[in-house]
Amino acid sequence: MTAVLGVSNLRKAFGGVVAVDDVSFEVRPGEILGIIGPNGSGKSTLFNCVLGQLQPSAGEVRIDGQVTTGARPCDLNRLGVSRTFQLLQVFPQLSVRDNLILAGQEHQGTMVSRLFGRTDAGLGDAAAQMIEFFRLSHLSKEQAGSLSYGQQKLLDAAMAFMAGPRLVLLDEPAGGVNLTMLGHLRERLQAYHTERKATFVVIEHQMEFVMALCTRVLVLAEGRLIAEGAPDEIRRNPIVIEAYLGH
Amino acid sequence: MTRLGTAVVVVAAVAAIVAPFFLKPYGIFLISTWAVLTIAAIGLNLTLGYAGQISLAQGAFVGIGAYTVALLTPVGVPFVLAFLAAGLLCFAVGWGLGYPALRVQHHYLAFVTLAFTTLVFLVLRNEQWLTNGIYGITGTPRPTILGWSTNAARDFYFFCLGILTLLSLATWWMLRSPWGRAFVALRENPLRALSLGLDTRRYTLMAFAIGSSLGGLSGALYAPLVQFIEPNSFALGLSFNLLLMVIVGGAGNFFGPFIGALVAVLLPEWLRITQGYYLILYAAAIMVMMAFCPSGLLGLAERVIKSLNGRRAGATTTVRAEGAGS
Repeated sequence: MTAVLGVSNLRKAFGGVVAVDDVSFEVRPGEILGIIGPNGSGKSTLFNCVLGQLQPSAGEVRIDGQVTTGARPCDLNRLGVSRTFQLLQVFPQLSVRDNLILAGQEHQGTMVSRLFGRTDAGLGDAAAQMIEFFRLSHLSKEQAGSLSYGQQKLLDAAMAFMAGPRLVLLDEPAGGVNLTMLGHLRERLQAYHTERKATFVVIEHQMEFVMALCTRVLVLAEGRLIAEGAPDEIRRNPIVIEAYLGH
Repeated sequence: MTRLGTAVVVVAAVAAIVAPFFLKPYGIFLISTWAVLTIAAIGLNLTLGYAGQISLAQGAFVGIGAYTVALLTPVGVPFVLAFLAAGLLCFAVGWGLGYPALRVQHHYLAFVTLAFTTLVFLVLRNEQWLTNGIYGITGTPRPTILGWSTNAARDFYFFCLGILTLLSLATWWMLRSPWGRAFVALRENPLRALSLGLDTRRYTLMAFAIGSSLGGLSGALYAPLVQFIEPNSFALGLSFNLLLMVIVGGAGNFFGPFIGALVAVLLPEWLRITQGYYLILYAAAIMVMMAFCPSGLLGLAERVIKSLNGRRAGATTTVRAEGAGS
């Protein structure tokens, strides 16, 4: 079966600093792949190279076998690839509902039909369902900027799912979220994964979150892939323990 | 829109309709200028307030629109066609300028657009064979629409008000469509917008070109309003004045340009009684306004209404608490 995402020999250097160094991996359909590593190990740079936010210095990225190295983020999104960012990225002046409609509207019709079509781009019901799925119904009309941090994180994740993507890359979804909200977020992500058979790649520091959610884990350190395996193997791997605790 | 907002809009619309019946010709000229410049300010609000791109070229687009009409109507082109040509030309020029210019942002974009305004001014001044240079063009006729002559000041005011209404409604409708949401997304977080599939470059260009086109349509009314146009009218001063209108009214607020243009057109006139000091006072008033309400007059109004509502809600809670205690 073709990998949903394939990365071969990816390298990204900023001057003399090599942030990602010869990284190769594949993401299989339907799996939840975790990428962990200490701060500065190149996880977010790897994401940004895969998603067109940064141009890789070398290497290749493939979505469903099709080479997409250097493609623009908006074009990748239309291929069914969605993401969240490490720092919170909602649109604070728009309502929760409008944030969600915005997240899906570019997948509806053409630019001209969006100008002359319905205000909600035909996504009103889909947005309502997503709001309910993430249990944000009571906040639907509130401005996203007025929500608590945890609620905004949920909205941020919900936006990544709005266009029905096949591959979702989540960059530290649990960062700064309290324990109750964390359980809720994990449970919603798992529910979405089961329901839609979507493929996830998750960068995360919160080990418990990764171990409970992911089916396979990659470990990055100083830009290189140092280990790969099931969560339990990774937890016991001496190289990983060394990378996390040895500094 | 809230009930209060609707009421204010209705009252303002009635005031705009009855005002010319109580004004002398100069007063009618001023409110006509307001109607015409509001159109350009709506365009700039789209570019700056919604899509977040600072432009100092709006005055140049008003100039291009004004010269288009002033050059086309004397050779027999009907006003309606010349008016549409002004809008289309400015859309095309805006697109052409935006394509390279929008690769840079913020103060860099301000400088690129400033250079464009200077360039347009130089072309208008130096290409005498086309624009008559510093001598300008006089006597651009006011149109006759379906047998209705708009030659009289009051008629031309109503014509401008009608065009302003049509263009405002069109803009309102566009901002309510998914495009409006996309424009706000461009302003608030272009990086995230891009990752959600928005072709940010195309939307930004669209906002810039439509904004420029509204500048051109405003100019197309400006020429028959003042009936004498010359390059200086469209130099940097006008671009700054339009920028001021958008910011004073409240950038990113649909009604901001209406209020901003009113202030920019009327305030200097009201301050004329102070004779030589009027420009100093005008500048001081603008500085105070910007220092204490950078979100513009509508932002200030929103803040006042919110605090009044908050106080009322607080008072109700206190009364209830006292009632419960007794």
